[in-house]
Amino acid sequence: MAALNVYIGGELHICSPITTASGTFGYGVEYADFFDINLLGAIFVKGTTAEPREGNPYPRMAETASGMLNAVGLQNKGVQYFANDIYPLIKDLQTAVIVNVSGSTVASYVACAERIAELANIPAIELNISCPNVKRGGMAFGISAQGAAEVVAAVRKVYPKTLIVKLSPNVTDITEIARAAEAEGADSLSLINTLLGMAVDVRQRRPVLSTVTGGLSGPCIKPVALRMVWQTYRAVKIPLIGIGGIACWQDAVEFMLAGAAAVQVGTCNFIDPAVTVKITEGVSNYCDEQGFSSVAELTGALET
Amino acid sequence: MKKHILDLIISDNIRLGPGIALLKLSSQSPLPEMLPGQFAQLRIDSASPQVFLRRPISIHYFNKDTNELWLLVHAVGAGTRALADLPSGSIVNMIAPLGNHFTMPLVPGATRLLLVGGGIGLAPLLFLGATLRDKGFEPTFLLGARQKEHLVQLGEFEKYGKVGITTEDGSLGEKGVVLQHSLLNDKAFDAVYACGPKGMMMAVAKYAADRYIPCEVSLENVMACGIGACLCCVEDTIVGYKCICMEGPTFNIAKLKWLH
Repeated sequence: MAALNVYIGGELHICSPITTASGTFGYGVEYADFFDINLLGAIFVKGTTAEPREGNPYPRMAETASGMLNAVGLQNKGVQYFANDIYPLIKDLQTAVIVNVSGSTVASYVACAERIAELANIPAIELNISCPNVKRGGMAFGISAQGAAEVVAAVRKVYPKTLIVKLSPNVTDITEIARAAEAEGADSLSLINTLLGMAVDVRQRRPVLSTVTGGLSGPCIKPVALRMVWQTYRAVKIPLIGIGGIACWQDAVEFMLAGAAAVQVGTCNFIDPAVTVKITEGVSNYCDEQGFSSVAELTGALET
Repeated sequence: MKKHILDLIISDNIRLGPGIALLKLSSQSPLPEMLPGQFAQLRIDSASPQVFLRRPISIHYFNKDTNELWLLVHAVGAGTRALADLPSGSIVNMIAPLGNHFTMPLVPGATRLLLVGGGIGLAPLLFLGATLRDKGFEPTFLLGARQKEHLVQLGEFEKYGKVGITTEDGSLGEKGVVLQHSLLNDKAFDAVYACGPKGMMMAVAKYAADRYIPCEVSLENVMACGIGACLCCVEDTIVGYKCICMEGPTFNIAKLKWLH
C-alpha cells in the first residue's frame, strides 16, 4: 500500500494528505460520531481571533447550484476561550490540529498567533488573510501583495512553528500574493478561500444574505481553485494545500497532480460527514493502481 | 445523543395533501433512539444541481417497537419536491437524530399541555403528543392552516388528545387563526409547545408570556451542516447567536429575543 504521509511545510509532516477545511469541521469533535477523525492528516479548526466575535446576523447562508454562500463572519469566542476550553478537548488527538488565525489589524493577528504558539500540541497555524465576510481586516490583507507581506512578516516574527498562509481567490493574480507570503517567511500556502458572491431572493426583492455578499464554496468553485493551485505551484517553492469543492478522491488527486502536497475538504463535509474517509481510501487505491509507492509522488505530477 | 448516518428504506410514501407527503421509513437494523423535537438531515440525490445541501426535516413520529420513523415533507422547493416524490422502496440517506428535544414536561407539575401547530409545523407535534401521552399526560392539540388541505394526520393526532382546528378560509374547524380558537377561552394551560410559521410562533409566544405560561417553540432557520460546524443557522438569543441545529431547534421563549 502506498505511503500516505506528506510534508506540508516548516517542520510539519502529516499522516495523510486528506485534511478538513476551517469553518467546515468545527473543532473536529463535531464529527467524531461518524468516523475516527484521527485518520485525517490534519484538522484545520474554526477561524479564531484575538477577541471574541459575534459574527454576522442571520441569514448567513444561501444554497447555490453545486455549492453555497456563507456570511458567518468569523463567529468565535476568541483565542483565550480556545486555549482554555477547546484546546484541552483536542490536544490529544492523533491528528495535527491546526488553528486558523484571523484578525482585523496586524496587531490582532499577532496577538492571536502568539497565544496559539504557546499551545504545545498545535503544530501550525493557518493565517487567514482571505475571509470575505468581515468588514475590517480579513480579506483586506489578502488582496494585495503589500498587505499580505505586512501581516505575514509580523506574524512570522512571533510564530516559530509552521506558518501556513491561506490565500484569497478574489484577486487578479494570486501568484503575486503567494510570492509575497513566501518572501516574508510563510512555510506553506493553502488555497483557495471562498469566492466573493451574492444571491437574491426574487420574491422579497432583497439579498438572501444579511451582508448582501458572502463567500462561495462547494464543487462549483473547484475548477477555479484547481487553476489557482496550478498557477501558484509554478510560482513558489513552498508546499501548497489545495482547497475548493473537493467532493471525491478524483478531485483530491486532481489538486495533487496540479501541485498540492495535501488537500482540505470543506463544504462537502456537510453533505457527507464521512466523505474524507472515502476520499482517503480512493486516493490510496489510486496510488496502488497507478504504481506510486508514496502519495507524495502525485504532487505536481501533471503532464502538460 | 450519538448521531448516525443511516440508510433507511421508504416502506410507504402517502400523499396527504397538496405537496404534502408522509414518508414512512424503516430499517433492517434497530433505529437509534430519537426524541420529540429532534430532526434528521436528508440527503437528496436529485438530478438538479440547484439542490446541493441536505434538507432538515423534523421527526414526525418514531416508534422504537415497530422500528419505524415517519417524516412529513412539504414540497416547497426542488429539494423537498424530490423527497416528496421518492417512491416506496427508495433508500434515503439521513443524519439523525439531530438537535435538542422538547422538554417534557416543560415545568414540574404541568399537566394541561397545549401543542400548537401551524401548517406543516404540526409535524413534530405528533411525536411530542404521542410521547406525552405515553408519559401519562393528556395533551391538547391546536392545529391551524390556511385551508383544510394543509391539515393532515388529524386522525393520528386524535389518538393522543383533543384536537382543536382553525383554518383561515373556514374550510375546516373554526374560521381564523389558532389564537382565535374557542378552546383557549374554555381552558387554561400550564405549558405551551409551538411549531409553525415564525409569525404564528411569535404570536403564541406572546400569548404564553402574557399569561406567564412557559412556552417552547421549534425554529426552522435555514441550515447547511446540521451538526454545529458551519454556524449558519443561528438565532439571536439573549446570550448571543446560537446554532439552532445544536442548541435548538426547540427553545424556551425566555431565551429568545422575540418579546424584548
